[in-house]
Amino acid sequence: MIRGVITRGVITSRRVSLALAAGFLALLYLGALGAGFLAPYGFDEQDREHTYAPPVRLRFRDGGGRLHLRPFLYIGVEKPGAPGVYEEDRARAFPVRFLVPAPPGRTGARVRLFGVEEPARIFLLGTDRFGRDQLSRLLYGARISLFSGLLAAGLAVALGLLAGAVAGFRGGWLDQVLMRTSELFLALPWLYLLLAVRAVLPLDLAPSGSFLLLVAVLGAVGWARPARLVRGAVLSARGRDYVLAAQGFGGSDGYVLRRHVLPQAVGVALTQLALLVPQYVLAEVAMSFLGLGVAEPVPSWGTMLAELERYDVLISYQWMLWPAVLLTGVVLSYHTLAEHIRERLQAGEV
Amino acid sequence: MRYVASRLGYGLLLLLGVSILSFLLADLSPGDATAEMRLNPRISPGAVAALRVRYGLDRPLPVRYVRWLRSVASGELGWSVAFDAPVGPLLWRRAGNTLVLAVTAMILAWIVAVPAGVWAAARQGSWGDRLGLAASAVLLAVSELVLALLGLALAASTGLLPAGGMASLDYDALGGWGRARDLAAHLALPAVVLALSAFPVVHRHVRAAVAEALESPFVQAARGNGIPRRRLLWRHALPAAAKPLVSLLGLSIAGLLSGSVLVEVILSWPGLGPLLLQAILARDLHVVVGAILLSSVFLVLGNLVADLLLYWVDPRVRGT
Repeated sequence: MIRGVITRGVITSRRVSLALAAGFLALLYLGALGAGFLAPYGFDEQDREHTYAPPVRLRFRDGGGRLHLRPFLYIGVEKPGAPGVYEEDRARAFPVRFLVPAPPGRTGARVRLFGVEEPARIFLLGTDRFGRDQLSRLLYGARISLFSGLLAAGLAVALGLLAGAVAGFRGGWLDQVLMRTSELFLALPWLYLLLAVRAVLPLDLAPSGSFLLLVAVLGAVGWARPARLVRGAVLSARGRDYVLAAQGFGGSDGYVLRRHVLPQAVGVALTQLALLVPQYVLAEVAMSFLGLGVAEPVPSWGTMLAELERYDVLISYQWMLWPAVLLTGVVLSYHTLAEHIRERLQAGEV
Repeated sequence: MRYVASRLGYGLLLLLGVSILSFLLADLSPGDATAEMRLNPRISPGAVAALRVRYGLDRPLPVRYVRWLRSVASGELGWSVAFDAPVGPLLWRRAGNTLVLAVTAMILAWIVAVPAGVWAAARQGSWGDRLGLAASAVLLAVSELVLALLGLALAASTGLLPAGGMASLDYDALGGWGRARDLAAHLALPAVVLALSAFPVVHRHVRAAVAEALESPFVQAARGNGIPRRRLLWRHALPAAAKPLVSLLGLSIAGLLSGSVLVEVILSWPGLGPLLLQAILARDLHVVVGAILLSSVFLVLGNLVADLLLYWVDPRVRGT
């Protein structure tokens, strides 16, 4: 009885954690896709009057003590002689406006979710060294960091499926060559391997070019583990009766592989995907942090964190740490998802 | 003995493979160290060509590979164009520093994680166990990059520890004891950061392996014979669970080396990581290939040590 209650408690808490993880990820991916609408500014809009400005305070109660339903804010003015110290100018209140028209630019969106009237600025998460809005950069940066991870992991698993299927199904020398090569790839520390592959590619590229390059490099480096696992699944499926029967009826190799063998490897591939995505998000952030990923002014969470290498920035302007917080949340959520998929698979097999 | 020889042979083959792979990669590169000189109008094409001849860049690939192999055998590991010096001596110093950092971090992580894992396996489902699992899940999700940044912030704001580098300015003036203390102070932060990032994996593996061993019939029998709990855990369950853990020890070196690149760059520890980064930006490919090769030497050695340890710990391996 008590045991049942406990397991039920565990199950509900698992459900809750799964829902939290999926919700958090969905929110971030949607935020990244809708950056043009959600971000109050462009990712490269600078405001040299407000460098390293702290997050703005939204207020509901004015100086006379009256309560407002619509939040408002004051302009932050840097104290003369004290860089980085901002004081509110209470002379005029600027109410937050919703669905404001966006200035024509390359973001594409015609309306933005919220904004304030010039000359006030709404920096909900503060600004960086050039007075660029951190919230906007986080949202645009999520496009690079989150989607490069997703695409690269997809590429790696696709390559792994291909190599694993061929190796497991064909066998012989092809199998030998593929598996020995995969051992080579697994033997190297991944970051060293990544750096090595990056080393032989051009350094200065347009942002879209370096994004695709990074995705390709990550995908090319990560195929080995999925390939080995898929090969195992294919090998075990190949000897099953229904596969032999399909071959006996004259099914072609391609047909048997596609229709009967590969479905057995889907679970393995899915778990690998859920494990590889966060690893590749981290890899993208690391590469951009080291200056080998996308370049300024296009933001990635890695280039945003690179500013923190100067420890005076790190200590004085804590709001610059937001990319690190989100990054940790993303990885934690993906780990929760992967755990859940694995448990489902195990339960399904029994 | 045959077991050791076969592991050693396998390691050497792997290294040869890595060297060919990395050399091929380096060769695919669209430019070499002379590419920028060629664009410089003040350097004549003839001078560039002469440099290419001097560095042997004009020879066909197999010739260059063999020449490079010969220089590896002599410990030179090729020629760094950026430093204008043989790669070997450049790498040894840096590799030593990386090794000091990685080994310290590994020892730290295992010293804490093994007792914690055994303790958790003995009390599965308790509040302490759940707390430990939650903590390791969170630690697993925090990248070395973030951990190193937090460590840097901590060191810089409290001033308790040096916030980077490997030695103080007055290092040379210190005596033997002072030098050791100085090194320990500088090593503490990067080693703890790296150990924290290695901890969760070890903790989870130890917990799972010991939990599995605790279920096995011989442990049940031992318990039935009234062997005290502590002895049961440490003398019976842990050795039986050692096999996957020792393999993990070998495998975790790869993760430590990768993680140490970021930690070294952020906390300015003069290891292989910063050198590799510098070499990539300067397109100094022999240094890149050398660093990769050296990292895989570490790996092969680590796995060899793990294999030997396994041979020593587990009689089942000796039997085969």
